[in-house]
Amino acid sequence: MTDHTLSFINNRRVRDVFWQVAVWAAVVGLIAYFVRNASDNMAKAGIASGFDFLGRTSGIELPFLLTGYTSQSSILDLLWAGVVNTITVALVAIGAATLLGFALGIARLSRNWLLSSLAGFYVEVVRNIPVLFFVLFWYFAVIAALPGPREAIGIFAVAFLSNRGLTVPTPQASEAFAVAALVSIVCVVAQIAISAWARRRRDRTGRGFPLWTSGALLVAGVPLLAFAAAIAATPWDIPVLRGFNYRGGFVLIPEFVALVAALATYAAAFIAEIVRGGILAVPKGQLEAARALGLGNGQVLRLVVIPQALRVMVPPLTSQYLNVLKNSSLGAAIGFPELMNVFVGSALNITGQAVEIIAITLAIYLVIGLAVSALMNWYNAKVALVTQ
Amino acid sequence: MTTRLGSLLRFSRRRLFATPLDTVITLVCCWGLARLVEPLARWVVIDTTFRGTTRADCTGAGACWVFVRARLGQFIYGFYPVDQRWRVDLVAVLLIACAALLAVKRLPHRGALAAELIVVMPPVVLFLFYGGFGLLLVETRDWGGLMLTLFIAIYAGLLAVPLGIVLALGRQSRLPAIRTLAVMFIEPIIAVIFLASLILPLIVPSGIGVDRLARAVIGLALVIAAYMAEAVRGGLQAIPKGQYEAATALGLRYPATTVLIVLPQALRIALPAMTNEFIALLKNTSLVLIVSILDLLGVAQAALADPAWVGMTLEAYVFAGTIYWLLCFALSRASLRLERRAALR
Repeated sequence: MTDHTLSFINNRRVRDVFWQVAVWAAVVGLIAYFVRNASDNMAKAGIASGFDFLGRTSGIELPFLLTGYTSQSSILDLLWAGVVNTITVALVAIGAATLLGFALGIARLSRNWLLSSLAGFYVEVVRNIPVLFFVLFWYFAVIAALPGPREAIGIFAVAFLSNRGLTVPTPQASEAFAVAALVSIVCVVAQIAISAWARRRRDRTGRGFPLWTSGALLVAGVPLLAFAAAIAATPWDIPVLRGFNYRGGFVLIPEFVALVAALATYAAAFIAEIVRGGILAVPKGQLEAARALGLGNGQVLRLVVIPQALRVMVPPLTSQYLNVLKNSSLGAAIGFPELMNVFVGSALNITGQAVEIIAITLAIYLVIGLAVSALMNWYNAKVALVTQ
Repeated sequence: MTTRLGSLLRFSRRRLFATPLDTVITLVCCWGLARLVEPLARWVVIDTTFRGTTRADCTGAGACWVFVRARLGQFIYGFYPVDQRWRVDLVAVLLIACAALLAVKRLPHRGALAAELIVVMPPVVLFLFYGGFGLLLVETRDWGGLMLTLFIAIYAGLLAVPLGIVLALGRQSRLPAIRTLAVMFIEPIIAVIFLASLILPLIVPSGIGVDRLARAVIGLALVIAAYMAEAVRGGLQAIPKGQYEAATALGLRYPATTVLIVLPQALRIALPAMTNEFIALLKNTSLVLIVSILDLLGVAQAALADPAWVGMTLEAYVFAGTIYWLLCFALSRASLRLERRAALR
């Protein structure tokens, strides 16, 4: 071998290219081998390929629907109904888990020994048990053990929780809500405009503006009032007990209630730890400095602790929210018609086209997951430390 | 005595009744605890039934542990033939003996022995479980219960660790093409289990069957490998640049640098995080229920359908949940100890 060839094969860039090509060639070769086997096997078993099956009539009844799907709809509509159910259950569970998790996390930091120990106990118990356990436990042990519709637990006499699920009232018109939503949007825009104006004025003249008061009024107060008015103005279909079951309203089936409860109680333990860690991560000197500047307790919390704690909390919260989304697939274990259940369960049974169905399912979870993390990354960039 | 009482008083003044609000919180907590603990204690301890053999013996108002006692064999071994269960016991004894041996700090060549055992034990255990060569064959569909939970966790872990290391090295790599390969895990675990159990039989040459349990283990291992990779990456990032530079200066190439210099340090740093991933794996083994493989939780769930034992839902869940909790809690304490020891170094 001449010196020239030696220096060529020892050249770093040449070697880099070689290894990349080699790895990719191996991967592509392996995939090609798998694809050939798969097409052989499927041809032998007489399984069709392609995505034509999406247009076929599904013939499946779904017990929980938010879309206009019927058993005469296409499999594509079935898929969409599953996606909507997955997103609904994940959003409701994320909201509940966040509330419960923040409450637990703050309780764990309480000076009150009993309260903080109880919260700690909850976290230690829940974190060391599988999430599927919670799903099954809530469904088979808690919801199934609730009283029947005749002895249902009433919630303000408008919603009823029983072993048939949670029956909630439904609005019969949506105009008032549209008006309330419009009012809320106008208020939020106004608050954004006011805060921009206030910042400019503060920079120019040094005069402050009670932004928090106007914010509380415009972002929370007025919209709340608007929606309260809308609720009062809209005729409601309130469930009424007729014979052995409720008439009217919308039934959140037991599977839905159990899944939301399980996902929320499970994720709350992890969120509590994130909240605790985030607040503890704010250096003590920051608190002391804020007090030395004469800030009150509320101001210390609002201006010093929360902004810095959020910065630490957002990345792990993102992965917890993604976990809730992923764990919503466990609805398949109790028969809640979410994406995994209707698609990998029912649609696969009708068509037998495993490859396409798995590919579509994975792609949908990927898209939803990336959307959630993009949203959280955007929020993270907003709260992140801006250094000079 | 008085000082102890005094400190107790001081403690409750400071941590329970410091302000009026604190007092209210304490009282509300006490009230809630009393409401919750009293029926719970009645159910778990006071009103329970231990004696007996059938559902008819469950006469108390509380839990009926007769059910758990009658089903204990199934909870531990699944549907493994009763006269063959000694093989599972033997494996348990072997593993405990190995662990005890390796726990002896002064044992010569401890590391080498551990490495040898990790290579030798998995096939031995597999042979004892599955049979063949004179032992009665026990199909994997008869395995179940706690034994299967531990089996899946350990074998998926054994697959996931090397795969995770390769993925982590891939993500660290200067080579962008290899990096893109490693970024592909954002999926629900059961989607990947379904993927493995539906697609694996399709992509192997026809005529070769892939065992159902093996598919589930591979699916789980794929997911856990992605998480293990994150843990290992944390370790890799903690290695100072000087280590790489020193290795290059000594004339070591990438494989030697990685195996001799980088990985030994990185894995030591990543060990607590990897233990946490193993705990997650142990919890997630329960997800194989979705492809009708009955591990501990699955067996408990299946036992509820037995018409001879109607109404034993809570007992089954409480028992299974407690076992999971004990295993995971013990492991998480071990991980904490590892972390502390690593911090002391």
